[in-house]
Amino acid sequence: MAMHDIQVTVNGAPYDAQVESRLLLVHLLRDQLRLTGTHIGCDTTHCGACTVLLDGQPVKSCTVLAVQANGRQISTVEGLEKEGKLHPLQEGFWEKHGLQCGYCTPGMLMTTCALLEKNKNPSEADIREAISGNLCRCTGYNNIVKAVQFAAERLRKEA
Amino acid sequence: MIPASFDYHAPGTLPEALALLSKYGDDAKVLSGGQSLLPLLKLRLGQTGHLIDIGRIPGLEYIREEGGLLRIGGRTRESALEGSEVIRSRYPILHDTAKVIADPLVRNMATLGGNLAHGDPGNDHPATMLALGAQVVATGPKGERVIPIEQFFLGLFRTALRPDEVLTEIRIPVPPARSGGAYLKLERKVGDYATAAAAAQVTLGSGGAIERVGLALTNVGPTPVKAVDAEKFLVGKKPDAATLGEAAQRAAKAASPSADRRGSVEYKREMARVLATRALKLAVERAGGR
Amino acid sequence: MQPRTSPEVGGMGHSMKRKEDPRFIRGKGNYVDDIVLPGMLWMDIVRSPFAHAKIKSINTEKALKVPGVLAVITGETLAKYNLHWMPTLMSDTQMVLPTEKVMYQAQEVAAVIATSRYAAADGVDAVEVDYDPLPVVVDPFKALEPNAPILRTDKKDKKDNRIFHWEAGDRAATDKAFAEADVTVKQALYIPRIHVASIETCGCIADFDRVNGKLTVYMTTQAPHAIRTVFALVAGHVGLSEERIRIVSPDIGGGFGGKVPVYPGYVIATAASVVIGKPVKWIEDRMENLQADSFARDYHITAELAARKDGTITALRMKTLADHGYTDAAANPSKFPAGLFSICTGSYDVSKAFVEVDGVYTNKPPGGVAYRCSFRVTEAIHAIERITDVLAQELKMDPAELRMKNFIPKEKFPYKSALGWEYDSGDYEPALRLAMDKIGYAALRKEQAEKRARGELMGIGISSFTEILGAGPSKHFDILGIKMFDSCELRIHPTGKAIARFGTKSQGQGHETTYAQIIAEELGIPASVVQVEEGDTDTAPYGLGTYASRSTPTAGAAGAMAARKIREKAKKIAAYLLEVSEDDLVWEPGKFSVKGAPSRSKTIQEIAFAAYTNHPPGMEAGLEAVNYYDPPNLTFPFGSYICVVDIDRGTGMVKIRRFVAVDDCGNIINPMIVDGQIHGGLTMGMAPALLEEISYDENGNNQAGSFMDYLVPTAVESPSWETFKTVTPCPHHPLGAKGVGESATVGAPPAIVNAVVDALSHLGVKHVDIPITPEKVWRLLKEKGVAE
Repeated sequence: MAMHDIQVTVNGAPYDAQVESRLLLVHLLRDQLRLTGTHIGCDTTHCGACTVLLDGQPVKSCTVLAVQANGRQISTVEGLEKEGKLHPLQEGFWEKHGLQCGYCTPGMLMTTCALLEKNKNPSEADIREAISGNLCRCTGYNNIVKAVQFAAERLRKEA
Repeated sequence: MIPASFDYHAPGTLPEALALLSKYGDDAKVLSGGQSLLPLLKLRLGQTGHLIDIGRIPGLEYIREEGGLLRIGGRTRESALEGSEVIRSRYPILHDTAKVIADPLVRNMATLGGNLAHGDPGNDHPATMLALGAQVVATGPKGERVIPIEQFFLGLFRTALRPDEVLTEIRIPVPPARSGGAYLKLERKVGDYATAAAAAQVTLGSGGAIERVGLALTNVGPTPVKAVDAEKFLVGKKPDAATLGEAAQRAAKAASPSADRRGSVEYKREMARVLATRALKLAVERAGGR
Repeated sequence: MQPRTSPEVGGMGHSMKRKEDPRFIRGKGNYVDDIVLPGMLWMDIVRSPFAHAKIKSINTEKALKVPGVLAVITGETLAKYNLHWMPTLMSDTQMVLPTEKVMYQAQEVAAVIATSRYAAADGVDAVEVDYDPLPVVVDPFKALEPNAPILRTDKKDKKDNRIFHWEAGDRAATDKAFAEADVTVKQALYIPRIHVASIETCGCIADFDRVNGKLTVYMTTQAPHAIRTVFALVAGHVGLSEERIRIVSPDIGGGFGGKVPVYPGYVIATAASVVIGKPVKWIEDRMENLQADSFARDYHITAELAARKDGTITALRMKTLADHGYTDAAANPSKFPAGLFSICTGSYDVSKAFVEVDGVYTNKPPGGVAYRCSFRVTEAIHAIERITDVLAQELKMDPAELRMKNFIPKEKFPYKSALGWEYDSGDYEPALRLAMDKIGYAALRKEQAEKRARGELMGIGISSFTEILGAGPSKHFDILGIKMFDSCELRIHPTGKAIARFGTKSQGQGHETTYAQIIAEELGIPASVVQVEEGDTDTAPYGLGTYASRSTPTAGAAGAMAARKIREKAKKIAAYLLEVSEDDLVWEPGKFSVKGAPSRSKTIQEIAFAAYTNHPPGMEAGLEAVNYYDPPNLTFPFGSYICVVDIDRGTGMVKIRRFVAVDDCGNIINPMIVDGQIHGGLTMGMAPALLEEISYDENGNNQAGSFMDYLVPTAVESPSWETFKTVTPCPHHPLGAKGVGESATVGAPPAIVNAVVDALSHLGVKHVDIPITPEKVWRLLKEKGVAE
């Protein structure tokens, strides 16, 4: 089977890779690029633990082929912190106890990062709807909502 | 969770894509959003030798009204439909539908063309397109052909699309004044396929009677169900509660659901009725009726 | 309760931000699948499509030809080392890989070892297994019939499918009380199988170092030491000796009990690594996890109450059939095959009670106590809270009033229950009153009456539960003989910082923060500089792990006791430094000062430095202590939950309008973390009540083997939980704390069921089994003639 040479930009840095057609984007990120912040939690595109931003849009990287990402921009959780400064969402999740085991957290962060780009003042219902593709077993979602509201307020103040 | 091997092609133009489809025939599949196809391949429930990714072909994602039609490119993302102001204000049935497909993340990749071409009676757009009286544009090596939506869904995972064709556009007639539509989906949780769903699009005459109506159901048969008998019954009548209720009864009779974890045959058929009633009521309200 | 320490110190009562979060929010957690070792190979497992079948042949020829595949391991391979069967935690036996037959769908049949994840998957696809199907037993009642096929043909002389019979209480006295009662009620209820489905599945990397003869296994486990000892016992005969086995439990993405059992995958990976001499990684995918790993519940209960006309409960009787799957691999304390089910008298003063549980084998995966159940407390409380409402309905009494009438009064604690438990402390009435106040109970009843008149359906459901945690006192509690103490090893460094290691293992509960807060409380050393470690059996003191909400009651107590030992030594050093006698010293968090001369003092930091530089002659240097804590009793948190539901008469869908949870878990270490535990527990309580169920068809096919049909709630289904507290300290715990991790999973389901039944009670509905699907409700509405 043919291998494909691809180039992806991840968190602003270009990477070259040689991949099988069937390599899932999440495996490219985790196994080849060693960016293990993006997680795998299911096999039927339900849990969202694998969420990354593809050209700014949150997608489930387990249901995207690495070859489909050729030439495109990917943002993962590792790219949220900029020069030692945490993203307000990361601050919010920490401040408001929006995580417990931490496994769904990168997916939650990426999804809500995209949400706050689109919607500067999301309501609780907006937030719950936005994260309805990300499953969490630990938190009961209450504090995730609070974390996002914290970040939204912080971002509005900074603007 | 890991697919079997296949070859991957990313043609840059439609003719290239069509040539590849002709070349590989049944051993090739079109990759659009991939949110129906890739899950199947990952579970090794489906197999293919070649994926033809149409994602690099420019000019297949658009939403525009022209010539009395709403024209949507086959590769238009569900999230784009959901976010479109034109669709939200003038085609609320389509907005309703896009909003309940899978979850917000899947909608960033999933496409309208894929949702129709997959031929899964559980997908949401087919019923809505039936209600809207849409047309599917299939582009093949010999050019375009326009397929009325009523002729598009042939059976379980079977559509009128040929192996060497790509679904390039959906055309929806711009509804006249005093039109309204709604799509209501009963799901066990966000992200699920419909236990049952109903798509209703009505146009009211100046006297308040129903001039035109499209009514179709999701996931209650091997194909989406167009409630033809119910539609015929409604035309010319005032949309009062009893009339809508009777129409919904007839629609439910047209359903042939299978029992599964979402419900028994009896329950699903009843839910088709309940949802058809509610969708018709909402469509009428949106059309400026009661 | 006002914290005794400043926020900078962060002792008990402070909602300090979690110390473990910095790595998780950056995506720098260290989960098993993140770990890569040099030369690492991949393992994937071939699983049976049949629930019960003889294995005629396993053909590995095609698989071995797949590029990258190195080996295929079968039961025959393991049988050479007598590793094809292993003991379970309940002293039953289970297959690692079968040599004769498979006994549940998705059972492990063979394992492929390959050089990559993808090659291993291709290898699995290429293994050809020929099965001869056998009759399947999925109904536990049918399993007990005289002509049922005997499933455990591996057990010589086994003539039936019974596993155990267990009982507690006084059968004769209870039967007499029932015979004499004014009113009796009886309700059959089924609590179906469910699955923890933590977002991280199970897996391991087994790494056998041939040179040093040492096995290291990175494993998703909640109980690393127990695993190490089990491995030493099971594989001792092939040369794996306990001092050469290291189990490392790194960051775990959720446990909830599902990561306690020893899964065949761990053992096969270990065997493969020992044989091949390279690290072998095995990570199960979600469908394997849902179809083969330890389940929870699957209890068929008949609950009965006897009462006086005025609503005073006089007796309780419960009979349960426990479907255990093909082997008893539950992780209960060994003397309790039905866990702590005998907590089923709940919050009520019931003088006569009798319960019996019979375990039975079926063709399903084994397990029973995963999913946050505190060892069957979810089942017990579901039963008592349901039958209490059934009684209220029978007597036409308000369910809150009936509960108040029967609560164990505060004065009766410590309370000896009719089934043998000594409840430590409780004050049930204020908790229920607080819940009623917060939800606006009286106004809701009024609204319900008005809505009923209009044909609208709303319900209010109460659950007043008592939990039982902290297994447990060595007198009664052991797992495979190992007593259920837990431990802390605490060392203070010269500069006054500390490291504390524990025998438990957090999977998200926040131990790195809460344990540090305990040390901060006891010693006044800021929690921010107390480094907490768990999970590496080479360095952590022996413990039984984290499950059944036992950490705070056992290891938390050990931390406090170790800190107190250090304080005793610190006092001696302080007396020496200040040249006074110990009796002249007064302690406040962080320092000893001289009575009457408070300016003469030594901080704990100064004392720590002195322990290494200027300790009293004759005393050992250093400042450290170990405590193995044997709890004198279990702890009994409690609470009252009230749920309001609205029912759609057309679809049968139940919508939770509001849910108020009042919890009492004694003294609280970190209020924010406690609330997080409750929120998570509430969502995991709502899930089985409305959405989740693992069921099997008559051929043993799993009907919910993926997230397509196993419905884990999203943020849209999960309501906005409202949480409140009362505080009734634990009299025997050094910190007065009780633990809280599973309270909400225990208390929430019956509150929801009671609300739904309450919404329909005026139509004559008495009970609905969970999960309450829209169709179940719709059928009731149809039956009663009120469907839209």
